[in-house]
Amino acid sequence: MIGQMIAAVFGTVAFSVLFGVPRQYYIYCGFVGGAGWVLYSLLTVYAHCTATEATFFAAFLVVLLSRFLAVWERCPATVFLTTGIFPLVPGAGIYWTAYYLVTDRLAEAADNGFAAIKAVFAIVLGIVLVFEVPDSFFKLKKEKTNLPEKRS
Amino acid sequence: MEAGHILLENGAEIARVEETMERICQHFGVEYEDFFVLSNGIFTTGSRNPNSPGGQYARVQHIPVKGTQLDKVVAVNQLSREVSEGHYSIEQTKEGLEKIRRMPGKSFHMQVLASGVGSACFCYLFGGSLTDSVVAFAAGVVLYVFVLLVGTSRMSKITKNICGSALATLICILSYWLGLGENLSHMIIGSIIPLVPGVPFTNGIRDIANGDYISGAVRLLDATLVFLCVAIGVGVMFLIYHRVFGGLLL
Repeated sequence: MIGQMIAAVFGTVAFSVLFGVPRQYYIYCGFVGGAGWVLYSLLTVYAHCTATEATFFAAFLVVLLSRFLAVWERCPATVFLTTGIFPLVPGAGIYWTAYYLVTDRLAEAADNGFAAIKAVFAIVLGIVLVFEVPDSFFKLKKEKTNLPEKRS
Repeated sequence: MEAGHILLENGAEIARVEETMERICQHFGVEYEDFFVLSNGIFTTGSRNPNSPGGQYARVQHIPVKGTQLDKVVAVNQLSREVSEGHYSIEQTKEGLEKIRRMPGKSFHMQVLASGVGSACFCYLFGGSLTDSVVAFAAGVVLYVFVLLVGTSRMSKITKNICGSALATLICILSYWLGLGENLSHMIIGSIIPLVPGVPFTNGIRDIANGDYISGAVRLLDATLVFLCVAIGVGVMFLIYHRVFGGLLL
């Protein structure tokens, strides 16, 4: 579990290097990706959620964190979002679908294909929902934490 | 305007491109401006105050989609904020944008290494053992060397992705055949991960959520196509393997 978490963090950081994220944000990207994966695996293992539900909540968390970080660091949320979402994208689903298609086990291929599509829709829903939250919500939090600094 | 061009080229979503251009235009006293931004083109018209000289400005720019450099998006975003706070003249802005455009990408070695590390980590994440991860690392490295070398030539995206994933699969199968690695599936899953189109995928969703349906649809189509190509590459390689070795190891 801890090993997987570390793998998720480093994997996300590797992809942030690949997409040319500025160096100072690597650690945040890793954090977002790791957090998403941890929530996903916690939900599937302990809360008996289906993979789709877990993907949805994990995507929700990833987008939420990205938007907070975006306000915090004054840079586009895209930076954290595109890299942080990576562990959740059903890369394995694609593989299994292709694998079963080729080995002529069509029922399993369909199962896995649909599971991948469901996961994609879960991610879509997560992203869309969080971006419906108005900017002011995230800015409010920022102001609250900044107020004491300003007064002192 | 130049800013929009850089943003779009390097993977920003449509609404951000429009907002940034509007902000810069307004600051420099362009009274009437209209943008129509698509996923691979920007249409701009603008005019100053009729009293002042300068007249009309109209331009259509075609922007081919290239690699993603999120640091450029960040830099332009920063610049546009500073512009609207009034720190820059027009010349300084141009200079700044030119500097951002020339910003070096990550070096060849760095990208290849990142791809390898990414592959290894995701292999482990999806349940592979340590040896599997080592093989996935090698496959990821070779894959990205291929992608970067081919990226400059005129090979189409479809062929590139099919060949890339086939190559990664081939390496995994070979090393599996040689007795390296325990789970063939996990190794392959890890090694094709660098091809997964994360950026067009998330941006496509966000564009659609923002109501930019055309660009969103185009980007999602792009992502879906890449997904399919990767699957085809893996599948073809498996098929060949089956025919040659009779599926002994599957």
